[in-house]
Amino acid sequence: MLKIKEYKKVKSLEEAWELNQKRSSRLIGGMMWLKMSRGSCAMAIDLSGLGLDQIREDPSQFEIGCMVPLRAIEQHQGLIAYTDGAIKEALRHIVGVQFRNTATVGGSIFGKYGFSDVLTMFLAMDTFVELYRSGIVPLSEFVKNDYGRDVLVRIYVKKQPARFFYQSVRNTQTDFPVLTCAAAFLPGQPFMAVFGARPGRAVRLLDHNAILGEQITEETAREFAEFAAERIRTGSNMRGSKEYRTHLVKVLAKRAALFFADGRGIL
Amino acid sequence: MNFQTVNKPIRKIDAMQLVTGQPVYTDDIAPKDCLIIKLLRSPYANAWIREIDTSRAKESPGILAVYTWEDVPQDGRRFTCAGQTYPEPSPYDRLLLDRHMRYVGDVAAIVAGETERAVDLALKKIKVTYEVNEPLLDFRKAKDNKILVHPEDNWETLVPVGADNLRNLCAHDESADGDIEKALKESDLVLDRVYHTKACQQTMMETFRTFCTIDTYGRLHVVSSTQIVFHCRRILANALHIPKSMIRVAKPRIGGGFGAKQTVISELYPAFVTWKTKRPSKLILSREESMTASTPRHEMEMHVRIGASKDGKIQGIDLYTLSNTGAYGEHGPTTVGLSGHKSIPLYGNTKAYRFVSDVVYTNVMSAGAYRGYGATQGIFAVESAVNELAEMLQIDPIRLRGKNIVRQGQKMPAYYGMMNTSCALDRCLAKVKEMIKWDEKYPVRFVGNNKVRSVGISMAMQSSGIPGVDVGSATLKVNDGGFYTLLIGAADMGTGCDTILAQIAAETLECPLENITVFGADTDASPYDSGSYASSTTYVTGKAVEQCAKELRGRIAALGAKILDVPAEAVSFDGREVIFDPDGEHKSISLQQIAAYSMDGNTIALEVTKTNSSPFSPPPFMVGAAEVEIDLQTGEIKVIEFDACVDCGTPVNTNLARVQAEGGIVQGIGMALTENITYNENGTLYENSLMQYKIPCRTDIGRIHVAFENSYEESGPFGAKSIGEVVINTPPAAIADAVFHATGKRFYELPITPEQIAMSQI
Amino acid sequence: MTVTVELNSRKITREIEPDMLLTDFVRAEGCYSVKRGCETSNCGLCTVFLDDLPVLSCSVPAARADNRKVTTLEGLLEEAKEFGAFLADEGAEQCGFCNPGFVMNAIALFREKAEPTEQEIREYLAGNLCRCSGYEGQLRAILKFLEWKKERGQR
Repeated sequence: MLKIKEYKKVKSLEEAWELNQKRSSRLIGGMMWLKMSRGSCAMAIDLSGLGLDQIREDPSQFEIGCMVPLRAIEQHQGLIAYTDGAIKEALRHIVGVQFRNTATVGGSIFGKYGFSDVLTMFLAMDTFVELYRSGIVPLSEFVKNDYGRDVLVRIYVKKQPARFFYQSVRNTQTDFPVLTCAAAFLPGQPFMAVFGARPGRAVRLLDHNAILGEQITEETAREFAEFAAERIRTGSNMRGSKEYRTHLVKVLAKRAALFFADGRGIL
Repeated sequence: MNFQTVNKPIRKIDAMQLVTGQPVYTDDIAPKDCLIIKLLRSPYANAWIREIDTSRAKESPGILAVYTWEDVPQDGRRFTCAGQTYPEPSPYDRLLLDRHMRYVGDVAAIVAGETERAVDLALKKIKVTYEVNEPLLDFRKAKDNKILVHPEDNWETLVPVGADNLRNLCAHDESADGDIEKALKESDLVLDRVYHTKACQQTMMETFRTFCTIDTYGRLHVVSSTQIVFHCRRILANALHIPKSMIRVAKPRIGGGFGAKQTVISELYPAFVTWKTKRPSKLILSREESMTASTPRHEMEMHVRIGASKDGKIQGIDLYTLSNTGAYGEHGPTTVGLSGHKSIPLYGNTKAYRFVSDVVYTNVMSAGAYRGYGATQGIFAVESAVNELAEMLQIDPIRLRGKNIVRQGQKMPAYYGMMNTSCALDRCLAKVKEMIKWDEKYPVRFVGNNKVRSVGISMAMQSSGIPGVDVGSATLKVNDGGFYTLLIGAADMGTGCDTILAQIAAETLECPLENITVFGADTDASPYDSGSYASSTTYVTGKAVEQCAKELRGRIAALGAKILDVPAEAVSFDGREVIFDPDGEHKSISLQQIAAYSMDGNTIALEVTKTNSSPFSPPPFMVGAAEVEIDLQTGEIKVIEFDACVDCGTPVNTNLARVQAEGGIVQGIGMALTENITYNENGTLYENSLMQYKIPCRTDIGRIHVAFENSYEESGPFGAKSIGEVVINTPPAAIADAVFHATGKRFYELPITPEQIAMSQI
Repeated sequence: MTVTVELNSRKITREIEPDMLLTDFVRAEGCYSVKRGCETSNCGLCTVFLDDLPVLSCSVPAARADNRKVTTLEGLLEEAKEFGAFLADEGAEQCGFCNPGFVMNAIALFREKAEPTEQEIREYLAGNLCRCSGYEGQLRAILKFLEWKKERGQR
């Protein structure tokens, strides 16, 4: 169990940022994973007093505070409608309702966890994260770069005329996934599939070479699946071998592509 | 049978206390001033402690005591933690603190302090220098390996079970009937297969926990979440080398056991600390400790040879079981026996059988007792073999069984030569066939989206107590106002035996259930009972309760007759009053009046203790069928329906019997599909938490239907046999066969994972 | 540090260690219904309501409950008895150790959805592990309870 010497509920983001510059400090989200670490921290910084537990929707975007629990996202009618239920599918397998009432989206995204359904899903959307010092950056950039001890404040999902696919493979219904796959056609971009729990963190794969063609068919979906299996780097852990994961990349890539072929897919 | 209280869906007498979360478990009632105990555990699978420096830990603030092997005589007599009747078949191979670490998790030191924080800090201050040796991790290579798990001179075995510590052998046994080689030779078809099951975890929701105090008389009072209060008293006396008379063991409500708490796991350390310091102390094992340093199911490898004629008559079964007892021998010599003796007898017309077994020591966590106790493993092997045999003979697996199953009145050579006195296995088979709509669903159907649904079947049996060994006792007394107290030494671990035994008493005493209060289990007050294990409580202790209640009726009648001043032979007791009524001369006295009289100048004790042991152990039987849905591309699998029919004789409590079956089935599904055990090359267990060891949650399973086809067992109370264990045994082979029907691939090892299924389809 | 918590409708102020978890806090206050079954947020035994939402108290720092409302089964005894009786009538309470967390979360479900489907029931309660019952008896109890509530509402 994590030992904490001082617990600080901050009054402002500036205070949070200041305190977080010390290496011995930790920003805590839901504390689901953090509490299991055996180490200790001199100061736990709690953002729960800053009103960052709200989801705001306007015609152009969703603004999600970092302290919003996963359960609130999964139940948000706007997000469900926008993603065609994909976001609900992405979240509903995560342990249980009480867990998702406790775990925060900020914790999930900031941790950049390999197993994260949340990161997989948000990467498939036109997502930005707001960092207190570094400003607003695309999620795809945030995932790749190191923003040091900055504070993740909000997440923005830009509304696009798009539809989304989400499917994961799990050994048991509420276990960590063996592989996650989200997919979308965003305007001005080729078809995109995101694969997580490889077991490394989620990565995007874009159909730059238009393998899927004008009209997705069984044949082009299969070709895209082969392409995905070649390009997505997988590995082994307790939940599955590299070979199995690559096989699953192929299976889910094809399902994702076919989902968009006739507008319904096999979900 | 026309029963009043037995064979009814009666609410458990403690139910409302439990559903409203009342403080009735060990940690809820532990004194607030208990010293907190934690254990320093070995990170190595095979190591000797060269040096252990506890000086800084002892000086650490809030620390009362730190104990190591130096505090325990290393040449003292060893003991076993297995809760078994003395002399235990399990070898005496443990010391309370040993210099030799035999698995990752073995205890190197005990720390006791005022707070958890203080103890955590002190644990970090202990410096241990280990001499690390190569561990013996592969149980197939254990016998006669040069690495010895128990090289010590004071290793001891009390019972001739074929054990030899210098060969890493915990037990060896052979038994046979008829000429197996001849039977197989004369068979048209012989199937020869090897099966493997792993060390699955009981995973009861309440982890192991105990607190101890010193009582008014200076004795050690142990309160523990245990199934075996009496064995626990003996084991603690052996471990601490103190007289048994100085120990009292009691159990409060238990948060599940499934056999895990038939072994002493958490009791040793607070007993030692409190005895030494004379301070109250408690130890609550973490989930991680419960998963890595307890006594799960024995890993077994089973080599089955089974022969049959072309028309599907099973001629003979030959089984060799290799069992892995891990670092210590708890339940090693006994569990292995059930892998053969409770699988082979399912088939009643064989000409011969042979069953040979070896149990070996290795440097992994010790195994122990888990619901099914070896039968689960053996039944998976034998029933899987029969399913494959059916396929090869092209005979429907239910029809094949119909030709071969054991029937009532048959002698069962592989079941210790006993008679099959009560058996509805044939009816169970027919019932399950109908429940799952076998003829519609067998073997497989495609349901679209790369998904298939398929079915598979398995039978099972168990026992009802250990014949000629298990002892059950009951004390009944009449109290003021005419209510009864039933004192037992059996342990209700959630299964409901307090209620079931009270039902038997109420039925016999012809009184409402509310008139019986139950007390148990406490070594100072309860009559002797071996404890709640081996599916013994309803059958063995239940019979003691029935006998006890009958005798108490006689006492009540005798006292009633005395008060009425009539001959004792001439009265009857109808549960409410004692009646004298020869030729219309009616005289009666109520139980309340008799109870009042019994406390006023009376010399007839209205209290009876009866002890029962049975030379028989009538097996309960069961048939289970699984319907699974498999995504052939991803390999994801779900049991969407499981239908089962049980013959447990008369179910004493129909609700509780049903829930036993449903719960056991889901544990069996877990064993078949998700509960994996893997070690790294140093012998560290990966599945060390509920995050990694995946027991089924409620979205993992579909519907479960349980039916009963009752036989009537004359030797049991009101015709009852056992149910607690048999219920876990059918899912593994049924699911494995369903997977075969879906995929065309046979699996011989559990669990069967999505990865294995998917990769078999490429 | 000091926290003020409204625990089962009673406001209390306590001095706590900064890393005390809510499970330990409520147990120290005598709310023994709250159990700990794991260290990895998987079992659901420690479920309490934090401002009326079911959460895993093993993962919530007690400090975070400052100036908030915490409810344990001790604070819901009437509801617990009402639903618990249905559990008891199935024999599905078994060892009882998972019951408080399960009953808490079931109450949360009933408050959120008056007529959940079987699938919704399973999903809502998926984070409540039980090793005794096989879940089937718990499901029967819930379905019968909902039926009873519906009938009672109609009367």
